[in-house]
Amino acid sequence: MRSLRLPAVLTAVVLVATACTGESGAGGSGGYPRNETLYTTGTAWGPPTNWNPIMEGNYAVGTVGLVYEPLFLFDPEENDYTPWLAESDEWPDENTHVITLREGIEWTDGEPLVAEDVVTTLELGHFDIHYSNIWDFVESAEATGEREVTVTFSEPRPQEWMNWVANRAIVPEHLWADKDQAQVNDDPNADPVGTGPYVYENHADDRMVWRRNDDWWGTEALGLEMSATYIVDIVNASNEVTMNMLGNHEVDMSNNFLPGIDQVIERDETITSYYEEPPYMRSANTAWLIPNHEHEALGDPEFRRALAHAIDIDQIISGPYTNLVEAADPTGLLQPWDDYIDHELVAEEGFSYDADEAVRILEDAGYVDEDGDGYVETPDGEPLSLELAVPSGWTDWMEAANIIAGNAEEVGIDVTPAFPEQDLLIENFRRAEFDLMINNDRGLSNTPWTYYDFIFQLPIRDEQITANYARYENEEAWELTERLAATPTDDIEGAAEITSQIQEIFLADLPVIPLWYNGLWSQSSNRVWTNWPSEDPDTPDSYATMWNNLYQLGAIYTLAEIEPVE
Amino acid sequence: MWRYIGRKLGIYGITFVVAVTINWMIPRFMPGDPVRSMLSRASVSDPEALERMTAYYNEVFGLDTPLHQQYFAFWAGLFRGDLGVSVWLYPEPVVDIILRHVPFTLGLLLPAIILSWIIGNRLGAFAARSKVLDNTVLPIGYILTATPYMWLALLLAWALGVVGGFFPTAGGYSFALTPSWTWGFFTNLVSHWFLPFLSMFVVALGGWAIGMRNMIIYELEADYSNYLQALGAPRRLIRRYAFRNAMLPQITGLAVQLGTIIAGALLTEVVFNYPGLGTLILNSLNNNDFFLLQGIFLFVVVGVLIANFIIDIVYVLVDPRTRVRMTGGAS
Repeated sequence: MRSLRLPAVLTAVVLVATACTGESGAGGSGGYPRNETLYTTGTAWGPPTNWNPIMEGNYAVGTVGLVYEPLFLFDPEENDYTPWLAESDEWPDENTHVITLREGIEWTDGEPLVAEDVVTTLELGHFDIHYSNIWDFVESAEATGEREVTVTFSEPRPQEWMNWVANRAIVPEHLWADKDQAQVNDDPNADPVGTGPYVYENHADDRMVWRRNDDWWGTEALGLEMSATYIVDIVNASNEVTMNMLGNHEVDMSNNFLPGIDQVIERDETITSYYEEPPYMRSANTAWLIPNHEHEALGDPEFRRALAHAIDIDQIISGPYTNLVEAADPTGLLQPWDDYIDHELVAEEGFSYDADEAVRILEDAGYVDEDGDGYVETPDGEPLSLELAVPSGWTDWMEAANIIAGNAEEVGIDVTPAFPEQDLLIENFRRAEFDLMINNDRGLSNTPWTYYDFIFQLPIRDEQITANYARYENEEAWELTERLAATPTDDIEGAAEITSQIQEIFLADLPVIPLWYNGLWSQSSNRVWTNWPSEDPDTPDSYATMWNNLYQLGAIYTLAEIEPVE
Repeated sequence: MWRYIGRKLGIYGITFVVAVTINWMIPRFMPGDPVRSMLSRASVSDPEALERMTAYYNEVFGLDTPLHQQYFAFWAGLFRGDLGVSVWLYPEPVVDIILRHVPFTLGLLLPAIILSWIIGNRLGAFAARSKVLDNTVLPIGYILTATPYMWLALLLAWALGVVGGFFPTAGGYSFALTPSWTWGFFTNLVSHWFLPFLSMFVVALGGWAIGMRNMIIYELEADYSNYLQALGAPRRLIRRYAFRNAMLPQITGLAVQLGTIIAGALLTEVVFNYPGLGTLILNSLNNNDFFLLQGIFLFVVVGVLIANFIIDIVYVLVDPRTRVRMTGGAS
C-alpha cells in the first residue's frame, strides 16, 4: 500500500489544482485571525445570494441588522422601544407620528442619513413587497425637515405601525428611489450600502463573511463597539457536523436545534447556553396544535377542549426535547408578553393534562364509543378519525406527533400521525386540507397583536396564507384584535385589558391549542469569545442569536458585549 | 470501427433525449409549487400582494405557460447554454451555480473512482496468488464493502477528525480563508478533501479487490490456462493472460459504477458538508427548485454518457474480440 500512496497524492494534487481554477483569487492568504473572528451558524439554510433587505427571508444572514438598520429596536425585557437610527419620536395626535433621525449617521458610501431615506423606504411599499399592507392604514409619509419624517395615518394602528418601525430596515434614497418593481424584488444588491456596524467582506456557498465598519455611528452615539473584526456565518450543515464543529470550538455560536446538546452543556464547561439547567434555552415562539375548524368535530369547542386536556405535554418535553423546551402557557403567549396575560383568568379557565377530564368532556358533549372499537364517534354516531400532520424530517415534531397520537388514543380519540413533505403540507393547510397539524409560524415581536392577528385574522379566504390557518371565525375576537392594533404602544394596561377579553374567548374556545415554547436555540463556545448572555446577573441579557429579525429585538447588543478570551 | 462508433453515438443521442425529457418531467410531477415555497419563506403578510407576487414570479420562471411550451422552451434554452434561473438561489443562473460546485465533486469522484479501481484490481490480483494476502485483504475487503457507507464515513470523521484532529471534518476549505493561489490555501483545500476522498476510496476499494480476485481465480482455472500450463508456459505468462481477461468485466463494472456514483457522492458530501453537486441535489429537492435540479441532472446525464462512451472505445482497444467482430463485419 505504501508505494501506492505517491501516485494517489500526485493525482490528487493535479485534480485539486484544477478544482481551484473555478475560484476567484480575492482576499488575503493569511485568513481571518481566530481571535478577531466570530464564527456563527444556525440561521442560513442556503448559500448567500442576495443582500437585498426587501427580499425578506431570502437575504444573506445579517443583511438586516448588521448592514441595514431599523429606526427603533424593541426591548422585550423592558417592553419598550429603543431609538436606533431615530433619535426621538412624537405623537402630536393619534393620526400623526413624527420621527426625528439622529444627526451624523452616514451610509457607508459617505452620504448622510436623511428623512428622505425613510420616506423612500416606506414608499417602496407601493410595489408588491412584503410590507405593502402598511399602506392600508398609512396615508402619507413626508420629510418635514432634513431629519424629520411625519407619517399620517388614515386609520390609527400604532401597534401594527410600530411593528414596522421596529423591524424594517431603512434603505438609502439616493440608491433606491429609482428602482422599479423588478429591481426591488430581484436585485441581489451585491454591494450593500447600509448604516450598520458591519460591511460586506466576502462570501462563498457555505459562508457569509462580514467585516466591522469602524466608522459606525453607534460607537460614538451609543458607546457600543462591536467585538469581532470579522463575523463568519456558516450555512447550516447536518447536526453531526455542527456538533463536531462546536465540540472543536470551530464555531463560537450555534443557533441550531441540536438534540443531545443538554449533555454537552452539562459535560463541557466551555460550551454554555442561557440557562445552566433545563430548559437551557430561552423561548422564541409557540408551537400550537392547529385544528381545522371546517372539520365537523374539530369545529366543536368542546371536542378541542377535550383534546387539549388529553395531551401530556411533559412527555413531549422530556422525550424528544430532552427538557430543552418549556410547556406553553395555556394562552400561548411568550414570556416577554407576561404583562398581557390575565393570570387569574388562566388559573380558572386554563387547561392542563388530565385524561379523566378529557374523557368527561367528550362524554358530556356526546362523543362516546358506541361500536366498541376503542375510539369515540361523533354525536351523530359517525366514526371519527383524525390525521395529525407535521413536516417530514422534522424529527422532534414527528416524535411529538406520535406522542400526541398516543395520548389521544388513551382518551379514545383516533389520531394518526402523518409526515408529508413540508411544501405539500403548506399547500394543503392553506386550502384547509388537513385535520390537525403543529405549527409555529409567528414568534416573538414587539406586540402581542402579531400573535392574536395570527390566530383570529378575518376574513377567511380560499387560501389562508399567513394567518388563521385554523379558519376560526369569531367576529368579536377579531374586533378585539383590531382594537389591540389601535392601542397606543405605551398603554400597556389598556392593551392588557383587551388581551384579557381576548383570552376569555381564547380559553373558552381554544381555536388553537398551545403546546410548548420552541427554543431560541443558542449554544456558545467560550474558548475564543466569552461573556455570552446567560441568567447570571454579571452577563448580558440580550438574545444570543443570528436569526433574522432578532437583531431588532436586541440581539445586536450581544455582538458588542461578547469579549475576547485573553 | 466508425460504424461501431456511429451506432453507439446514435444510441447515446436517443438516451440523452429520453433522459433529459424524464429529468424535465419528474420535478414537475413532484408535489409542491416552487414559487409558493419561495414566497412562503418571504413571509409576505398581505394576501393580495402575495397573489400579485406569485403571478410575477410565475411569469419570470415561465411557469404560467402550458406544459408543452415550457418543454420546448427548455430545449431551446439548452442549446443556448441557458438552463434558467434558480428558484432557491434566486436570482442566480443555474449554470453559474453548477459550475461552482462541479470542481469539488469531480475533484472528489474522479480520484476516488479511478484510484480505487486501479489499486483494487492490483490488490485483488495479488490476493489471488498469495495465501497470506488472500487471508487478510479479502476479509477486510468484505468488511469494507458490507459496511454501510454513512456509518463508515461518520466513523472516519470521528476517529481522524474529532478525536485524532488530523483532518477537518466539514467544508471545502477553512472558514477563515478566501480562495487564492497560495500554498496555504492549497494545503488547506487538500486537508479538507482528504477525509471525504478516503471514505469513498476505501469503500470502493474492497469491492474491486474482491471482484478481481474471483475473476483471476476463475481465469486461472479456464481451459486456455490449463492448456498453456500443459504446454509448459511460465506461470508469469499465464497470469498475465488471466489478468487481461479478468480486466474486461471490471471495465464494464467501472462503466456501471460511474452511473451510480453520484448517489454515493451525495452521502459523502452531506456527511462531510462538502460543497459539491450532491449537497446541491439535496437542497434543490428540498426547495422544489426544478430548474437547478434539471440542470444538475443534465450535467450528470452528460457526464455518465461521456464516461460510458469513453469506456466503449477503451473496450474496443483492449478487447481483441470486439475488434475482430467489427473488422469481420466490415469485410
